[in-house]
Amino acid sequence: MRHLTELRIGPVGFRIGSDWQEPIESIRDLYRDYPAPDDQIADFNVHLFAARPWRRFLRPAVHIGGDFVIPDAAPLPLSQGLLAAEMAMNLQMALGQRRYLLLHASAVERDGKAVLMTGLSGAGKSTLAALMMSRGWRLMGDEFALIDPATGRVHGFPRLVSLKNAAIDEVMRALPKARFGPVLKGTPKGTIRHLVPDARSIAAMGEAAVPALLLFPSFGFDADERKVLPSEVFVRLTQASTNYVAMGEHGFTALTDLVRSVPAQAIDYPDTTTALAQVERLWDAL
Amino acid sequence: MGRIVSDGLLLAGALRDPMSTTILDSKDWNALLAIARAEQLIGSLAWRLHGVEVPVPVTRILEDARRSAEQCRVAALWEAEMTRRAFGAADIPVILLKGTAFVAAGLAAGVGRSIGDLDILVPHERIDAAEAALLAAGWEWVKSDAYDDVYYRRWMHELPPLIHRERDRMIDVHHTILPLTARVRPNAAALIADSVEFGSGLRMLSPQDVMCHAAAHLFADGDLAGGLRNLWDMHCLLDEFGSEGLVTRADLHGLGSAVARAARLSHALYGTQVPEGWQRLRGADPLYLRRLTARDGWGRPTRRLTRFGFYVRSHAIRMPPTMLLRHLWTKWRKGHVPR
Repeated sequence: MRHLTELRIGPVGFRIGSDWQEPIESIRDLYRDYPAPDDQIADFNVHLFAARPWRRFLRPAVHIGGDFVIPDAAPLPLSQGLLAAEMAMNLQMALGQRRYLLLHASAVERDGKAVLMTGLSGAGKSTLAALMMSRGWRLMGDEFALIDPATGRVHGFPRLVSLKNAAIDEVMRALPKARFGPVLKGTPKGTIRHLVPDARSIAAMGEAAVPALLLFPSFGFDADERKVLPSEVFVRLTQASTNYVAMGEHGFTALTDLVRSVPAQAIDYPDTTTALAQVERLWDAL
Repeated sequence: MGRIVSDGLLLAGALRDPMSTTILDSKDWNALLAIARAEQLIGSLAWRLHGVEVPVPVTRILEDARRSAEQCRVAALWEAEMTRRAFGAADIPVILLKGTAFVAAGLAAGVGRSIGDLDILVPHERIDAAEAALLAAGWEWVKSDAYDDVYYRRWMHELPPLIHRERDRMIDVHHTILPLTARVRPNAAALIADSVEFGSGLRMLSPQDVMCHAAAHLFADGDLAGGLRNLWDMHCLLDEFGSEGLVTRADLHGLGSAVARAARLSHALYGTQVPEGWQRLRGADPLYLRRLTARDGWGRPTRRLTRFGFYVRSHAIRMPPTMLLRHLWTKWRKGHVPR
């Protein structure tokens, strides 16, 4: 492909090829402190391409491809090329990852122990993870938590934090010195702005942690907490995993071990200040 | 040391001679892994390279591929077993085809192989009973389109695909190995009569017929998509079974030229040991090689014109011209465009 960059996020190496310079420049800039894949050999390839040669110039539309593809994925305008690259990397993970059980969850770490937060889009996974990073937690990732079936430990995948709509200003206030990507308006998920994880989170991204607390946050309700029984946790996490079925028995064992060993709480919250206090209190009570 | 190519030949070379990968640099490895994934040969490659010293990230990627292929094997065998149980009461034999047969019989062709749908062969006169048994056991129609349904039932060599509503797995129930519209008409009765049982009530085609089917699948049907994988099947089968009796059997099915071409290309790409008559390329063979290896270093399809030529060919051999025109016209009106 015409333009190319390589990077490693957590334990996963990517090679990104593009028909355009712009998305590659954005990735290089925002991921400048990330290492290259080990030995320059990538786990996954990502393609950002024009469906027809003239669509490189005429109303350029960025199609997403790679080692693993879904048919009929809608293309994005070139101005959202960075988002296309991010989506394409996520897609490779969601469809192709077989080493780790993939949980659609954000994760933060303190003292070698991790809090995993999972929930539907809009539950506040990314926002809470970013705000916890501003309070001294190590950000392990805002999208995927990787459970190693061999050890039961969680590996981080600290890609750029994808902040949406109202969360953007809130996190910018909490992290005034952090690096942010361009404001992407009119994306399929509204306005998006990417946050670069802090230096410590990037430097420590290869370090796994012991899962210690599982949270199911829900935004927009009166403050409430309830313990979630293992049976419900199991079902919710099978739904939150993109590769649980494909991992077969390894996936089942990894998930049941996790569910048995880690306490789980559902937390409802009306605002992030309340949520952060809830998380800290639950953490201290462990 | 020659220049390392980055098309399908890179993959063929690694499968043929695993030690040849010791000179690859990171760029070559990225290309090899991408092409192997695109051709669905990453699991086969992973087993071929097992024990060969490779860079650390490659070791990890190949370990994942082996584990993934193993899960594929388990799931494929489970589908075969589910089908056997569904057919049990109706006393319909389950003759496994392609990947599932390879892994069930423990053939080299099954080692690391990716397996998608379950393909089985059922006697033509039992096809209605087979359909009823599957529907009763939880399989459902995939296609709701009336034209497609009628087309399958009238002209194809298989039922319209069925999918299991709980396990989300597809089954293709064949009553012969080529569409009824194709010029070549393999002897389905002989395929079934000479099939062999390998315990637990499951059957597969005889060794010669397995190779005939692999060749038919490669050249008498389809546009050679996934051709490197299908040809790797042929290589492993020839290697394991030898070619004795193959020509006679292929002639019985009208597949003599398809089998000969498969053997020649397998010899050329994978170094398969074949009789002397199959050791040199003939006729359009180079064009087939060009099509089979049409990938770039990102695993993307290349050689658009060659691919299109084989796409056209796939339709031309599948049905007579007037029927093809009518078919394409109907499909086009329904909004179908060739990829």
